[in-house]
Amino acid sequence: MSKTTKAPTATVTTNPWQTLSAFTDARIALGRAGTSLPTRALLDFQLSHAQAIDAVQAELDASAIRSGLQALSYRQSHPEVYDVKSQAGHRQQYLQRPDLGRKLSEADTFALQQQRTEQGFDLAIVIADGLSACAVNQHAVAFVDALLKEMSFAQCGWSLAPICLAQQGRVALGDDIARALQARMVLMVIGERPGLSSPDSVGLYFTWQPQPGCDDAKRNCISNVRPKGLSIQNAAKRCQYLMQESYNKQLSGVALKDRSDDALLTGTAQSEIFLLTSTTK
Amino acid sequence: MTAYRYQQGLTLYRFDNLADVMAKASPLRSGDQLAGIAAITAEQRVVAQRILADLPLSTFLNQTLIPYEDDEITRLIIDTHDKVAFAPISHFTVGDFRNWLLCETTTTDLLQDVALGLTPEMVAAVSKIMRNQDLILVAQKCQVVTAFRNTIGLPGRFSTRLQPNHPTDDLNGIAASIFDGLMYGSGDAVIGINPATDNVAQTIRLLSMLDEVIHQYGIPTQSCVLTHVTNTIEAIGRGAPVDLVFQSIGGTERTNMSFGVNLSLLQEAREAALSLNRGTVGNNVMYFETGQGSALSANAHHGVDQQTCEARAYALARVLDPLLVNSVVGFIGPEYLYDGKQISRAGLEDHFCGKLLGLPMGCDICYTNHAQADQDDMDNLLTLLASAHCQFIMGVPGADDIMLNYQTTSFHDALYIRQLFGYRPAPEFEEWLARMKIFSANRDSLLQDTMPAKFELALRSLEEDR
Repeated sequence: MSKTTKAPTATVTTNPWQTLSAFTDARIALGRAGTSLPTRALLDFQLSHAQAIDAVQAELDASAIRSGLQALSYRQSHPEVYDVKSQAGHRQQYLQRPDLGRKLSEADTFALQQQRTEQGFDLAIVIADGLSACAVNQHAVAFVDALLKEMSFAQCGWSLAPICLAQQGRVALGDDIARALQARMVLMVIGERPGLSSPDSVGLYFTWQPQPGCDDAKRNCISNVRPKGLSIQNAAKRCQYLMQESYNKQLSGVALKDRSDDALLTGTAQSEIFLLTSTTK
Repeated sequence: MTAYRYQQGLTLYRFDNLADVMAKASPLRSGDQLAGIAAITAEQRVVAQRILADLPLSTFLNQTLIPYEDDEITRLIIDTHDKVAFAPISHFTVGDFRNWLLCETTTTDLLQDVALGLTPEMVAAVSKIMRNQDLILVAQKCQVVTAFRNTIGLPGRFSTRLQPNHPTDDLNGIAASIFDGLMYGSGDAVIGINPATDNVAQTIRLLSMLDEVIHQYGIPTQSCVLTHVTNTIEAIGRGAPVDLVFQSIGGTERTNMSFGVNLSLLQEAREAALSLNRGTVGNNVMYFETGQGSALSANAHHGVDQQTCEARAYALARVLDPLLVNSVVGFIGPEYLYDGKQISRAGLEDHFCGKLLGLPMGCDICYTNHAQADQDDMDNLLTLLASAHCQFIMGVPGADDIMLNYQTTSFHDALYIRQLFGYRPAPEFEEWLARMKIFSANRDSLLQDTMPAKFELALRSLEEDR
């Protein structure tokens, strides 16, 4: 039996299973002072929480995202970009009134209506701060870049509405935007509720023929898009694939099954679980 | 519909109906404000509380908050009401009821005797005129014991759900958190995984793993994969080793519709789990999670305040004889419970209401990063709930759930409570912890400094692989 290490004057008992951290980002093997958190682990947690709080309060860096997007190209031109706001005036109101974050401001509704085309658009992309502007500040341009490349590669030939950068936006804000623009599908690229270990996670929601008041069951979601989660490249591939399926079937939501998930089920096999293999060796 | 009037000084207050009185009498919370049913002024709130205090308890049997014809939860509440159990308190007003609950002569046995005579509306009403200390004192007198492979809720006992979630359900990632949790003595309420991929194949895969772990290490506890009840029913049909059936439930029929469940589906699931007969010391096979705000979130609250809706969910849980009921109090976000104060109050209310109705209440003491709350708030609520003798709490590594992206109580937090109150785990599990040499036999320390042999073997196999 190995003794857990405890130097003569040590006040912290360390855990000899730190090697298991290779399997998970969970805060395991933290050790203990008495039975409480050691100071180091306590302050690591407080730092992560501080970062998550800051992520919630952060603002959308519209100018940086705009110039990033304008440098991209799709079907031989650069995307147009519009700034829009929801009806939630500020962060505090946004947090307490989810209904306002779902509605497009009147001025922006009018402005977007002026951008309509006769044929309508196949796809409207909306980038919204959601609950983590940090997430979209960091990853939105890279994601849209990857997605547009996937779309070009797949030669789906969709017409693209001006990309909207939305402040104080929730997922359903995309419905109002799509209606104003007359787009057949909306893709919301939004900052997800920040986790302690993932303040920069982006969520993708697409909806076929979105209508204001649209049920969430009519949407498809790809979540946890971030470097340490679902990679931007994979997210873009999956998103393009599913949106194509949505187009073909003219629907979205629970009726659109994500067959690409089947591949994910092959992970660690039961026989490879460290906790279960010891007695057989 | 009866309207209620009250003259306070120069102001004549009017409340449209009983639901309006209940909503206005509720301690302030953002969800009721969002629904537009909260008291407008502080005085209006206390006026509503005074009206409530003077109402006979029987009012709630005669005036339903949500019509009998429209809602199966109302029908369940009315149809299963036990008049005999209610008789000893039937003459009380809500205010009398509070006084009676607080009497030293109102013992654990008396509270158990009246439980089936109480409706969710009665306990919600009385909670609205109780301070935090009242909620704690009375809940602490209630005792609810349930069992499956161990016994939960005995005096002096305090249990934990080991929650080893992983963002991609990686089996070794989950196993690593289980390992960590067991080494800290967590997991007697249940080892319960929230799956990231929510389908039947994944459910079976995770259940098989948990079954193997429990079997191989001889752990007297139960497993659960927190997937939709229909997935669990299908998994049982395919021969999966299901211990507990999980489901999120709410307090109105339409809330449950939004969860894709109803009473008969839950009864079917319970029957299926019972048929497996996997319990060794008891047969409580259901695990429910609830939380204030779910009815409003599903747009299914009928103008009833969120705390009363929550208490109504317990009526549904009660007829299904659960092992565990867990109010996930801070998960829903600040639009329903704005800050640490509101979360704490709600946690104490839920625990009190559930216990009084006779349910094995635990609490997921938690918050999200967009709520105005932090670890200090969680420490406060944890300590208060433990003093109210909450049956169980969650345990995640370092309080950080990396799959659900929220903070709940950690393995360390449970040990803090054990030190502070001297609470011990479920007896069967405690015996296992001692046998494994995880918990120490000597009274000076809870945990042993050495690794249990079986677990050391698992670690060593890993090192040999490299």
